[in-house]
Amino acid sequence: MPSIKTDPVQLRYDLQIVASWIPSGAKVLGLGCGEGDLLYFLKHQKQVKGSGIEKNEARVAACIEKGLTVLQGDINAEILDYPDDAFDYVICTLTLQQVYDPASLIRAMLRIGKKGIVSFPNFSHWRIRWQLLLTGNAPKTKQLPYEWYNTPNIRVITLRDFRKFAQKVGIRIVKEVAINTNNQDRRGTVTRRLSDWRGTYGIFMVEKHSSPSKNGVA
Amino acid sequence: MLHENIMSEYVEHDQDGVSVGLVEKRTFTFADPPDEMVLESGAKLGPVTIAYETCGELNREKSNAVLICHALSGDAHVAGYYDKNDPKPGWWDIMVGPGKGIDTDRYFVICSNILGSCIGSTGPCSYNPETIEPYALDFPVVTIGDMVSAQKALIDHLGVPMLHAVIGGSIGGMQVLEWCVRYPEMVKSAIPLATTTRHSALAIAFNEVARQAIMADPNWNNGKYYDGRKPDLGLAVARMIGHITYLSDDSMRLKFGRRLQDKSDFSFKFDADFQVESYLRHQGKKFVERFDANSFLYITKAADYFDLGREYGDGSDVDAFSNTKAKFLAISFTSDWLYPTYQSREIVTALKKNSLDVSFCEIEARWGHDAFLLPNESMTSVIKGFLAHAVD
Repeated sequence: MPSIKTDPVQLRYDLQIVASWIPSGAKVLGLGCGEGDLLYFLKHQKQVKGSGIEKNEARVAACIEKGLTVLQGDINAEILDYPDDAFDYVICTLTLQQVYDPASLIRAMLRIGKKGIVSFPNFSHWRIRWQLLLTGNAPKTKQLPYEWYNTPNIRVITLRDFRKFAQKVGIRIVKEVAINTNNQDRRGTVTRRLSDWRGTYGIFMVEKHSSPSKNGVA
Repeated sequence: MLHENIMSEYVEHDQDGVSVGLVEKRTFTFADPPDEMVLESGAKLGPVTIAYETCGELNREKSNAVLICHALSGDAHVAGYYDKNDPKPGWWDIMVGPGKGIDTDRYFVICSNILGSCIGSTGPCSYNPETIEPYALDFPVVTIGDMVSAQKALIDHLGVPMLHAVIGGSIGGMQVLEWCVRYPEMVKSAIPLATTTRHSALAIAFNEVARQAIMADPNWNNGKYYDGRKPDLGLAVARMIGHITYLSDDSMRLKFGRRLQDKSDFSFKFDADFQVESYLRHQGKKFVERFDANSFLYITKAADYFDLGREYGDGSDVDAFSNTKAKFLAISFTSDWLYPTYQSREIVTALKKNSLDVSFCEIEARWGHDAFLLPNESMTSVIKGFLAHAVD
């Protein structure tokens, strides 16, 4: 049986924040949606019309068994086929650091969606800075547990880097939050002070620069 | 009465012995002259008989009907047994039955033999009312659209206003797509398996070689063989070609390799030395006992002609699906080289561009195109889950 999660506390903490940003009834696309925890929650708690894209066959199967609409495929390729503004929100959680061409992906997200939401592990967390400074080894943390030679995280991003990147690719940050999570990433807190140092993850909502800032969705 | 219901070597009993039980083949006849069925080619055909079977019960709201469309050589006998002594159940017994992927405790399952076939429905071996002889090549060329239109007549006859789902693989999958485009108001959800909106040159090529094998058989006699010797050799070779395309390099290596059949060395004759040769000969021989060579010609031609974009979208699959409303689950198999994954992806792309609700899963399977007929836990649970949520 697929795991059923309708209780927000059972969602990964960054997904709880993302879920709180999505208004009821919105149309949502989840890139790299895994087993569909967020989409399932949004569908049942917020009447969201959601779809997902996921690479792994078993995870896709788990999503479809739960009644979610999910396509098996590569997010960079699958995102190209949707019509403009097909979604209110396009969400890409904890995947940006594994994408070869993040600029193209973000532009594609904002072509097919009115708003995009991305989250990623913050590489400027104090533990990481401290490890590099003291040991001289490539840092390893709970959020980034890999060795340099086997990490899928090919893009090293910090919160500050993302803000610069947003400016460079011409997207507007609608809101951002840094969070500090516990071991299993199930619980956490929003870090309001010194977030560049204390946040384990950053979550950003972005939109096209030209689009007038509207609240809510149609 | 022993019924010949061997769809392929893969038809097998359910591992757990769960079955829908005894089923009955029925027929429905319509389009009696002068109200013949007008085919896509413009030709008229009537009367038309469609053989069908049902399992499960239609609910009071008439909202739980599931239509299953069979492939090239299949029939209406989708699940269960005609008689408790039958050696094998229907061709998709592993998928259709109580508690199975397509759960007959929940759904009213309908499966009919396609127009042009020879297992109970009107086809080239049926009697032409005008000549009181088998039609043979006087049978008009039918299309996938004509097959679906005949199924629609049956569904109307059964008093089913709306299909909860239409499901089928291969040529059955083509019928699924045709249903969604031709009768968009009647289809709530669709599962096209290992299929395409149009045959590739590769698929047409194999079909053409198979047809040539039949037509080159002297017994074929321009299709007029019903009162004499049949083109068994040609049809057997046609089936052998088909079986190669249903397998894969991987599965043939595993299944046969270069192993020899009942011998330790080459015979240095043209006997079936290798197991793969013996297997293909056996498949060919078995097939001629139950299938009509002319039907093979007609159905493969219908499959080759099928081109959803050309027929409904001025060449564009995207436009073809523009009136479609169904929720989709497309499934392909990694080792299927007859209907490769890219063809399912093309279907998915066209559906996405129409903002339709589509899920897609590429199932890892080494058994080639035949994978959709084989037990596969992943396929079963995905189909089951999708059907349960098809009207969310």
